[in-house]
Amino acid sequence: MTTPQAAAPAITSLAPRRQVLDLDDFTREEIDLVLGTTESMREVLGRSIKKVPSLRGKIIMTLFLEPSTRTRVSFEQAGKILSADVINLSGSGSSAEKGESLLNTGLTLQAMHADLIVMRHKDSGAPYLLARHLKHAGIVNAGDGRHAHPSQALLDLYTMRRHLGSLEGRKVVIIGDVAHSRVARSNIFGLSAAGARVVLCGPPTLLPLELLRGRDTAYPTANVSVETDLDKAIDGADVVMALRIQTERMEGGATPSMREYTRRWQVTEARMRKARPNALLMHPGPMNEGIELASSLAHGDAQRIEEQVTNGVATRMALLYLLLNGPEASA
Amino acid sequence: MASEKLLMTADDVRRALVRIAHQIVERNRGTDGLVLMGLLRRGVPLAQRIADAIKTFEGVDVPVGGLDINLYRDDLTSRPQPLVRPTQLPVPIAGKTIVLVDDVLYTGRTVRAALDALVDLGRAHQVQLAVLVDRGHRELPIRADYVGKNVPTSLTEEIQVRVREIDQREEVVLVDHERRVLA
Amino acid sequence: MTTRPILIRNVRILDVGDAFDQVGDLLLRDGHVASRGGHVSPSDAIVIDGTSLVATPGFIDFHAHLREPGFEDKETIATGAAAGARGGFTTLCAMPNTNPAIDNGTVVDFVLQRAREAGPVRVLAVGAVTIGRAGKVLTDMEELAGAGVVAFTDDGAPVADARMMRNALLYAADLGLPVVDHCEDYTLTKGTGIHDGWVASRLGLAGYPSAGEESLVARDIALAGMTGGWFHAAHLSTAGGAELVRRAKQRGLRVTAEVTPHHLTMTEEWVLGHQGRHARGPLTAAAYDTHAKVSPPLRAIDDRAAMVEALKDGTIDSIATDHAPHTWSDKTMPFDDANVGLSVLETAFGSLMALVHGGELPLETLIRKLTVGPAAMLGPRHAGLATLRPGTPADVVLFDPNEEWVVDTARFASKGKNTPLRGATLKGRVRLTIAQGQIVHDGMQPETLKKVARS
Repeated sequence: MTTPQAAAPAITSLAPRRQVLDLDDFTREEIDLVLGTTESMREVLGRSIKKVPSLRGKIIMTLFLEPSTRTRVSFEQAGKILSADVINLSGSGSSAEKGESLLNTGLTLQAMHADLIVMRHKDSGAPYLLARHLKHAGIVNAGDGRHAHPSQALLDLYTMRRHLGSLEGRKVVIIGDVAHSRVARSNIFGLSAAGARVVLCGPPTLLPLELLRGRDTAYPTANVSVETDLDKAIDGADVVMALRIQTERMEGGATPSMREYTRRWQVTEARMRKARPNALLMHPGPMNEGIELASSLAHGDAQRIEEQVTNGVATRMALLYLLLNGPEASA
Repeated sequence: MASEKLLMTADDVRRALVRIAHQIVERNRGTDGLVLMGLLRRGVPLAQRIADAIKTFEGVDVPVGGLDINLYRDDLTSRPQPLVRPTQLPVPIAGKTIVLVDDVLYTGRTVRAALDALVDLGRAHQVQLAVLVDRGHRELPIRADYVGKNVPTSLTEEIQVRVREIDQREEVVLVDHERRVLA
Repeated sequence: MTTRPILIRNVRILDVGDAFDQVGDLLLRDGHVASRGGHVSPSDAIVIDGTSLVATPGFIDFHAHLREPGFEDKETIATGAAAGARGGFTTLCAMPNTNPAIDNGTVVDFVLQRAREAGPVRVLAVGAVTIGRAGKVLTDMEELAGAGVVAFTDDGAPVADARMMRNALLYAADLGLPVVDHCEDYTLTKGTGIHDGWVASRLGLAGYPSAGEESLVARDIALAGMTGGWFHAAHLSTAGGAELVRRAKQRGLRVTAEVTPHHLTMTEEWVLGHQGRHARGPLTAAAYDTHAKVSPPLRAIDDRAAMVEALKDGTIDSIATDHAPHTWSDKTMPFDDANVGLSVLETAFGSLMALVHGGELPLETLIRKLTVGPAAMLGPRHAGLATLRPGTPADVVLFDPNEEWVVDTARFASKGKNTPLRGATLKGRVRLTIAQGQIVHDGMQPETLKKVARS
């Protein structure tokens, strides 16, 4: 394994950044800083006393308006290990009326001296609304609609670098409902910035249409391609990432049946043999066992799942620490 | 440009560390349960030098660790943000005699943070402090058990300890920033 | 009420419908044009110096959402008419997506009564195609026509059912009125609020593909051919839709079309914020600009160019604002939840003049599409609105084609401040609007650029 810390980052602070809305505005130095700090945070997580005082007196509010357990708990744990006060708020956010109150909620949290709001919302761009209107509280996007999930992408980048070292020229296959996946979108931008080649694979109805048709696109096409045949896509891959399939999408007619999906796009042991030896298999979770991954692969590696969870907390500790400390953070 | 005054040569540093090594062994009546914890970053090579010295005259390998105290600082919002590095713990510290090793003792705040960090790592039997340079101006009731050199300084001055592993040279210099401002 | 005559001196009188373009005096008396051209000096007139200004017939907006009855927090007929006046519009056609919908004679009477109370800006009503715009039961079109509606539409929603559209076209044809369809195939566009292009995929938003408009335009053209009815395509936005209309006209079908100022001047990039100037770099907090959310969505760069071309070659008959005022909170939401539409009346002319200044569109064509084009939709009952021939109604707009001004939504007469043009500098400003011989907007004192910019 390689330590992401190996090369010392050129910068030591994310300041004056107050927000993490997506990875698209992260410099390579900033990504290196977060990943390096993540390594240090992993050490804290390995201690018997998992508590350091660096965010004492800081207030973090998690505002999760879409059901999620693991991401919220991961942020909450990260904040608490750093001694911040973490207050959790949730709600359904399902109706349009909730949208208006989103800003009011944000303003209220800010008035309650939240230093940072970690938010999850069903609508793409919802964190940008708060970022536009909140002048004091910082915002961390913990997933917005199908747009972005930057902390997940940082976590994935960290895990990949731990296993592979530099991602330059590496082949990463992302499989499944790419068009509707915020995890895929954030990873595509993060990976291509890190120099990886990304192949998107899945049913033609669930891939970005303009990539499929070769039209004008926002995706960095120099590094990103599409392939509907998983056996071709997986050939020589360094990383195989299977996305969660939303069963609603199936019922919506995007694919004929779950059976057809598993036949054509399930990652199996046979298919993994076409990837590079020791290729990294990833799943952002939560997993539909026996659908995205063959059961034998899904159950194969408890250690890997544990590592992903640990890395998730460490990544979020790094983000919180880097956003809430430093000279600008006190201003 | 700021003026620099050489306080210790590489040889001076070596002699001071060897003396500290002897004092540590003498004071603790041997090396049983001894762990040297260098404060990141320059405390770590200094701790390693002390351990090397002990090895030469006692024939014992004293465990050396590195302690990152940045998550324990109380001044993070008033200075440039330092890079957080992982703490390296060679052995569990419970019941051990820990000698914290740092390059410069100044306000005492770094040592205070180190003590907090140490407490979170386990219940040590005893904690001692070794520094290469004590420049005074303490803001907390903290004193060193082992001192390489006492240097009276003014607040505009800065002590820079340079070690081969990090700075490619070994020396201790006094930098006067006041003159730089006036120049 | 008798009003004093109004004399506009030394003005360029541009009456494209009557092929009249001269500098001279324009005299309005008793609510009608008394004379145009030459030099006159009546003793009792209000005299306005028109030097370096242009006078044209008042603009006609065939497509405005005035929100009353039912949504008076967004707009009323009075505030909408005032906004129209500030924008140079002297005739507005009120869309029926009110609550209750304009789906019977009583609601038409209410709207027209409110319009009379609001003043001399002419507000006409458009009736719904189906009861409650629910797409299930045809309205009593004959009753609506008798009450004065100028067209039928379920706008805001398409007539989704093809047989319903067929029946509506047949009934409306019998009454000599158009059926205006909001061409949107819901089965393709459900849950979308942005064009299905690179910006949508950049922002992770579900996209409204061009095919969602084209398929219904094609269907309605086929139904117009089948029924002999008059199909008018509302707010056409796609190159493909324009091409379908072009071919239908070549075949001699009774098909007309309109386009909005924003589809002529803005593109999907506006949703990224920064008034379309955002490059392909990282997003900023200004992204997901709900003020650029409109239906149909702002389209691709090629679509915009195709709209201008279709306007020039006559495929598109008129410019209609699709003025859709909303409250602050209607728009201050996550993008997917925010209401669709722009407040357009007060910026329409200024924004459209960019096409003239940029050499894309002759001034004469622009004026034709704001006057003659929409007037042709209104039928003989409302003849004489798009000309300054003596004896016709004194609906006049006086504008300075070169004056620059900054869009300050705080000064809007409209309750809807929802425009992505806030803070933009536009070149070309309406200085005076006269409706039925009365001054309804007086902006003769230039709103100096500096003063507005500083505030």
